[in-house]
Amino acid sequence: MKMTPEEYGRLAQKASPPSPMGKNLLMAFLCGGGICALGEGFRLLYQWLGADEELAAAGVSVTLIFLAVLLTGLNVYDNLAKHAGAGTLVPITGFANSVASPALEFKSEGFILGLGAKMFIIAGPVIVYGTAASILYGLVLWLFRLY
Amino acid sequence: MDVLLSLLKAFLVGGALCAVGQILIDRTKLTPARILTSYVVIGVLLGALGIYPKLVEFAGAGASVPLLGFGNLLAKGVREAVKADGALGILTGGFTAAAAGIAAALFFSLVAALVFKPKEKG
Repeated sequence: MKMTPEEYGRLAQKASPPSPMGKNLLMAFLCGGGICALGEGFRLLYQWLGADEELAAAGVSVTLIFLAVLLTGLNVYDNLAKHAGAGTLVPITGFANSVASPALEFKSEGFILGLGAKMFIIAGPVIVYGTAASILYGLVLWLFRLY
Repeated sequence: MDVLLSLLKAFLVGGALCAVGQILIDRTKLTPARILTSYVVIGVLLGALGIYPKLVEFAGAGASVPLLGFGNLLAKGVREAVKADGALGILTGGFTAAAAGIAAALFFSLVAALVFKPKEKG
C-alpha cells in the first residue's frame, strides 16, 4: 500500500491513543498552583512574624528550596514531577530539584567533577542567561540614565 | 478572609504560569532546561518593562515563586544597584539579588547529596 506522508500522518494519529494533553495541563495547573499557594502561606506567616516584604520573599524562596531539596533526597520530588510536569518544574522548587537531583545522581562519579560539576547542568544555563539579561538591562538603565 | 483570598490568587496565577509551561512542553520541542532558562530571561524582560512587579503585587508568591519571578528579582536587583552604586551595579545587581536562592540551592543540594543515597536505577 502506497500513501503520502500526509495520509500516513493522519492514519498514525487515528491509531495512536488520545493525547493526555488535557490531563497534563490540569496536573500542571493544580501542582504548580499548590506550590505557589504554599509559598504564599509562608509569605503571609513570615510577614505576620514581622518580616518586611523583601525578607519575607527571600524567606519563601529559601524555605521552598529547602523543602524541594529534601523531597528530592527522599526521592519524592522526582516521582511527583512525573505526574505534575511543568507544575513542579516552573516554580523555584523545580530549579532546586534541577540542582539536587544531578548532585545525588552523579555523586558516584566523584565530588569534584561528579557532584560539584553536574549540579550546574541545568542551573548553569539558567544562571548564565539570567545574569547576562540582567547585565544588559543594567547597561541600558545606566547608559540612558533611566534610574 | 484576606488570607484565603491571597492564597487563592497565588494558586490561580501560579497555576496558570505553570500551565503555560506545560503547553510549551507538550506543543513544542522545548526541553525542561530550555523552559527554565527562557522563563528566567523572560522574567528579566517583564521585570524591566515594569509589568511583572504589578503581577507580584497582585498575586504575591503566585508570581514570585515561578521562575519568571526569579528573573524579575534579577531585574529589580540591577535597578536598585545601578541607582545606588552607578556603573558597578550593572555587574553586581543581578547576582546580589539572586544570591540567597542560588546559594541555598547549591548548599542544600551538597548536604543532601552527602546525606541521602541516590535512587536505585531501574
